[in-house]
Amino acid sequence: MRQFGFSISQTRSIDLDQIDFSCLNELREAVPTFMVCINCGACTATCSAQQFSDFNIRKIKTKLMQGQYEGLAKELDKCMLCGKCTLVCPREVNLRNSIVNMRRILTKKNK
Amino acid sequence: MSKIAIIGAGPAGIESASMLARNHEVLLFEKSSTALSNILDKAYLFPDFSSATDIADSLNSKLINENIKLMLNTEVVDIVRNDSEWKIVDKSGKNYFVDAVLITTGYQTFDATRKEELGYGIYKGVVTSIDMERMIRYNQIVNSINEAPKRIVFLQCVGSRDEKSGNRYCSKVCCVTAVKQAIEVRKLLPEAEIYIFYMDLRMWGQHFEELYRESQEKYDIRFVRGRISEASSTFDRKIQIKAEDTLLGVPMKMTADLLVLMVGMEASCGTKDLGVKCGIGGEYGFVKTATPHLCDNETTEQGLFVAGSCKRPMTINDVINDARSAACVISDYLK
Repeated sequence: MRQFGFSISQTRSIDLDQIDFSCLNELREAVPTFMVCINCGACTATCSAQQFSDFNIRKIKTKLMQGQYEGLAKELDKCMLCGKCTLVCPREVNLRNSIVNMRRILTKKNK
Repeated sequence: MSKIAIIGAGPAGIESASMLARNHEVLLFEKSSTALSNILDKAYLFPDFSSATDIADSLNSKLINENIKLMLNTEVVDIVRNDSEWKIVDKSGKNYFVDAVLITTGYQTFDATRKEELGYGIYKGVVTSIDMERMIRYNQIVNSINEAPKRIVFLQCVGSRDEKSGNRYCSKVCCVTAVKQAIEVRKLLPEAEIYIFYMDLRMWGQHFEELYRESQEKYDIRFVRGRISEASSTFDRKIQIKAEDTLLGVPMKMTADLLVLMVGMEASCGTKDLGVKCGIGGEYGFVKTATPHLCDNETTEQGLFVAGSCKRPMTINDVINDARSAACVISDYLK
């Protein structure tokens, strides 16, 4: 009998039941202020790396909080650690420290 | 007839004075030369655009009462308990003895020069919401070179919700004030582009959300979700701002003719001062009430009461209600 080529496309939605939060948990221990971000975007707006690349620290943070670790370590290499993001943050998130720790944790997990 | 001292002749002081004066004698202290100076800073009030001068006039008319003694230019420097009495000391050293004290020393707006990265006091094209009220009142909305601005940008949360300025709290009134001012600017400058940059829009009060909708529907006010992190001057003295459109996830820059900083409410100097002296100083320099729900006009000191925006940021109608409730509480206390 002829086989029809149906295939099931993968869902785009994030399955919150399946997420591995290990990186996030490790990070919040290292940088407790990481969790108080309100996504105002002041960091991204003032970012030096943002002017020369598609680096968006707020998006990286948001992805990490949803357990979407794929490719993040490589993204983080675009940061020059100038620390301006930390200066403008209205919630006093220690963002510079978060970036150093994100790199460490994600590299360890080979993400 | 008992005697009550009320400190601060703003809306809270005047409203409670007028109610208490039905049965008591009221000494109303005001350190500046006019009552209601914070209301008179404004042109029109949200949400119905009623005239601030009219509101101030109606409040002022309540002072025509033989039981109220208004003392302008009289700064209270100390409040001391003297057995069951309270002693008020003014700056000239004069003492007054009363049965109860109501503190209504109110707020002051955040000093925007403290946020240096936003350029207030450095670039002429950066103004505060208080400056904007004045511009609206006199129909003189101008940029740094005294021309009508083509693009006006409002920025929310300056000096509130900001750890860097030490004010964690939400100032409550700025969201709707920006929408109100944007509509007023639109009426005066029909051709201008008007933007509001926000982190969250907190339209909590009656008619606030409707006003927000109206600003989009009728007045073409554009909203961008992102906090402006820095402002600088261009060679032609416009203001360049940087922000992220956080909904797109893309950083953006924009040149504006006028940047309006929506400054938050802080405890006034008098509030901070008297709060500490009376042992009722609370967070951020506001005064602390006995309990947040049931004893919100009382303090831990018997016979010492508080009302209005010396407690926390409040709208004028909240202040009036609070002043009336303080008057009830004080009347009960003096029975």
